Amino acid sequence: MLARLASQRLREIRQVIRQIPQTTRSLSTALNYHLDSPDNNPNNPWEFTEANKTKVKEILSHYPSNYKQSAVIPLLDLAQQQHGGWLPVSAMNEVAKIIEVAPIRVYEVATFYSMFNRTKVGKYHLLVCGTTPCMIRGSREIEEALLKHLGVKRNEVTKDGLFSVGEMECMGCCVNAPMITVADYSNGSEGYTYNYYEDLTPEKAVEIVEAFRRGEKPPRGTQNPKRINSGPEGGNTTLLGEPKPPPCRDLDAC
Amino acid sequence: MGLGSIASRALRSNTLRPGHTNLLRRSIVTTTELRNAEAAQAQPETPPPDLPPRTPVAGARVHFPNPEDAIEVFVDGYPVKIPKGMTVLQACEIAGVDIPRFCYHSRLSIAGNCRMCLVEVEKSPKPVASCAMPALPGMKIKTDTPLAKKAREGVMEFLLMNHPLDCPICDQGGECDLQDQSMAFGSDRGRFTETKRSVVDKNLGPLVKTVMTRCIQCTRCVRFATEIAGVQDLGMLGRGSGEEIGTYVEKLMTSELSGNVIDICPVGALTSKPFAFKARNWELKGTESIDVTDAVGSNIRIDSRGPEVMRVVPRLNEDINEEWISDKTRFFYDGLKRQRLNDPMIRGPDGRFKAVSWRDALAVVAEVIHQVKADEIVGVAGKLSDAESMMALKDFLNKMGSNNVLCEGNGPNPNADLRSGYIMNTSISGLENADVFLLVGTQPRVEAAMVNARIRKTVRATQAKVGYVGPATDLNYDHEHLGTGPQTLSEIAKGSHPFSSTLMNAKNPCIIVGAGIFERDDKDAIFSVVEAIAERAKAVRPDWNGMNVLLLNAAQAAALDLGLVPESDKGIESSKFIYLMGADDVNLEKIPEDAFVVYQGHHGDRSVYRANVILPASAFSEKEGTYVNTEGCAQTTVPAVPTVGDARDDWKIVRALSEVAGVILPYDSLSAIRSRMKTVAPNLVNVDEREPATFSYSLKPESQQKISTTPFKAAVENFYMTDPITRASKVMAQCSALLSKK
Ligand code: SF4
Ligand code: FES
Ligand code: FES
Repeated sequence: MLARLASQRLREIRQVIRQIPQTTRSLSTALNYHLDSPDNNPNNPWEFTEANKTKVKEILSHYPSNYKQSAVIPLLDLAQQQHGGWLPVSAMNEVAKIIEVAPIRVYEVATFYSMFNRTKVGKYHLLVCGTTPCMIRGSREIEEALLKHLGVKRNEVTKDGLFSVGEMECMGCCVNAPMITVADYSNGSEGYTYNYYEDLTPEKAVEIVEAFRRGEKPPRGTQNPKRINSGPEGGNTTLLGEPKPPPCRDLDAC
Repeated sequence: MGLGSIASRALRSNTLRPGHTNLLRRSIVTTTELRNAEAAQAQPETPPPDLPPRTPVAGARVHFPNPEDAIEVFVDGYPVKIPKGMTVLQACEIAGVDIPRFCYHSRLSIAGNCRMCLVEVEKSPKPVASCAMPALPGMKIKTDTPLAKKAREGVMEFLLMNHPLDCPICDQGGECDLQDQSMAFGSDRGRFTETKRSVVDKNLGPLVKTVMTRCIQCTRCVRFATEIAGVQDLGMLGRGSGEEIGTYVEKLMTSELSGNVIDICPVGALTSKPFAFKARNWELKGTESIDVTDAVGSNIRIDSRGPEVMRVVPRLNEDINEEWISDKTRFFYDGLKRQRLNDPMIRGPDGRFKAVSWRDALAVVAEVIHQVKADEIVGVAGKLSDAESMMALKDFLNKMGSNNVLCEGNGPNPNADLRSGYIMNTSISGLENADVFLLVGTQPRVEAAMVNARIRKTVRATQAKVGYVGPATDLNYDHEHLGTGPQTLSEIAKGSHPFSSTLMNAKNPCIIVGAGIFERDDKDAIFSVVEAIAERAKAVRPDWNGMNVLLLNAAQAAALDLGLVPESDKGIESSKFIYLMGADDVNLEKIPEDAFVVYQGHHGDRSVYRANVILPASAFSEKEGTYVNTEGCAQTTVPAVPTVGDARDDWKIVRALSEVAGVILPYDSLSAIRSRMKTVAPNLVNVDEREPATFSYSLKPESQQKISTTPFKAAVENFYMTDPITRASKVMAQCSALLSKK
């Protein structure tokens, strides 16, 4: 009797649990701790290239000598560009050495910002905006199309090492939603670009990827030929006249 | 924060403010009323006149550096005077209101990231985080309003969102800030129905167990590691709900103070690994005692269950250890359960020990001691001996005609005449006033971790300079390695060394000489050079005494106070009868083959191998004993657990032996032996009071010794294993295997 009651209760509980959709957490960045691997461990030597060393000096000169640690973000960024779009532990250690702080202080920064990649990315790192305006305008479909076209999962690199797809939050381009960003690491830190491709459709996104594969540089910005930058389709519809000066002040007088 | 105080506060406000009883229930308040400043002001402001005076929380004291800087604020209507620069939270504490908090810790920098300490401040549009808000004159702080209450409930709900609520299997349960505060200030239900996050546990070494899912990201541990312990290993990684505490790369926490993160972690994220799942804290009996593993005499509480010491936690003592203790102090207690001697034993002709009765063992010792010449009798007190037993041993051997009683670590020829020559004259808390340190042959980090923490605190707070003479070592603050041997000292004394000008220009120079130097043959010469340096730097003045000796062992200072000075430095080599009272670090090779060795102690450590008779004694956790720490403060231990087997207190054994040997010592109670001690060294009975030394080295005769060029040696080889108890401890063995830097 009791056993039956118990098993019935259990079944009820199971049912309740099943009804709750299993929310999977997708964090845009990788793990918050480091796992040694052959291409990413503290024993791998890592140094800035000669050209970048002068850049490092340049960057450091922007800050007072007793606040060297302020240079952590620009230096990490430079290191990331030099290292093909991601930061191995040894690069972070090198940055820590340059700005004279404990390595953990650099790790803290690098794990905080999702634009620092701590695992390998492709030469072209595609970042799909996942925030509400873009999502409403179809960013999920774009991501799906990209993943399907490239045959990878999110944050995975294609076999040829060319592409990877990640997610980003709003990049301030909502007016041209949906959009993706392409971080181009194919030419090291000299040829590094970080371009927005806006007003996409799944097909457009795939086209852009293919253009990159062919080595082209598709024009950045809106992909809707009828728009100029973020202007409305087919030209302005409001605010057609000259803007009125503020009523309270005579601008010419000052 | 005790639940009791919170409950009593709740009760008090209940009885005192009949009009506000509804606050204690969970009431829904209309926000318009809350936000409306006019409405708040319209309420009568005068505090009810019959309010009893509130007492500051946890005896918080106000100290006004200069009285003009006092400001007045109102906490729940009570006016309180506080010095300028205090935070709202501190003002509330002084007014007797305990503000709930997680991230705020009075000894760490302010982070202001938990938001638990929200209070209402009149005319401020939002609740303010009291820990990070400086109190301003005339501020009207309200800690009991519906708005403050609601804010706390909200914060608590957020904190509990991702907290696993696994209190039944959590070692912190029962002494957890989160538990207590959610009971006192939290809501009775939450609205979160999503799945909770989980975090990978980190491996921080053999001492600290981590259950990172419980972490509430207060960053106390990160700040402790960075600021107090001086090891920048811990950090806050990630962000948002992915945020976690960790080291990023696999790394153990290699600090001698790492155990303190267990105490400061407000939840059960960082707990004690050796204590894990051993006991619940409400089953434990706390005994306030002191630590004997080094000469600092840290104040501890020994938590025991039945006959077993379950753990050791620090007690607050601002003058000695503040609220920290070293890892050795915290985790060596498992050594108290291993390798204990529990029966008197005699070594038979076959070389094996046989357990005998006390009567037989004492009879044998008494017989032998009468057969040797008086000057062939030597007594050695060990590192952990209390003053009572050293007094008894000295009296007993003196009665037997020998004056060869010494204490381990004090060297062959100690200076016991001038007290200032062997204690820390600046006092441990006084170190904070120094602006230049000169460390001579001492590595405080391993010799006295709490003194090192003070030096580090001073260096961090005031950028004090540290010069160090001795073998290369890893001090966790900026220091200048001046040299390795005594020649460097001579150079500084002559003024030819660059550091001497730093020293000369210092306002409060502080020279710390390591007790390792006591063992050197040219000890007197070194001391006179150091005194010359002190003279030049004006380190000893009526208002400042910067001439210090940092002792190594708990027994040393009391031994010198009692005059345990050997008659000749060849005592041990020419002896026929040696009484080792817990002395395990004497050089056993020096003891002649035919000498009769009595070992009285609690652990079967090194000397047992050479002993002819073993007399089991009780350890510091089992007896009442007086210890003097390196700054000259006498403190007593209190028995926390019963002794093992047939063991007895050290002084009682000596007293019994004296009777069997026919030279009865005239004391047979603790108070009697203490009054005997008082006649020799009155400071020993002034418990818990630091007795400064009156005369400085200026009384000392000139030394004719030549300084040798041998560099200084490290006095402590292995921080984790320095005495019989720590050597018996498994945890300490693990630590020295994993954490000691080779
Ligand atoms: S581990 Fe403990 S002390 Fe450290 S941040 Fe988490 S809750 Fe705070
Ligand atoms: S939401 Fe995609 S750019 Fe703002
Ligand atoms: S205690 Fe004030 S914010 Fe944490």
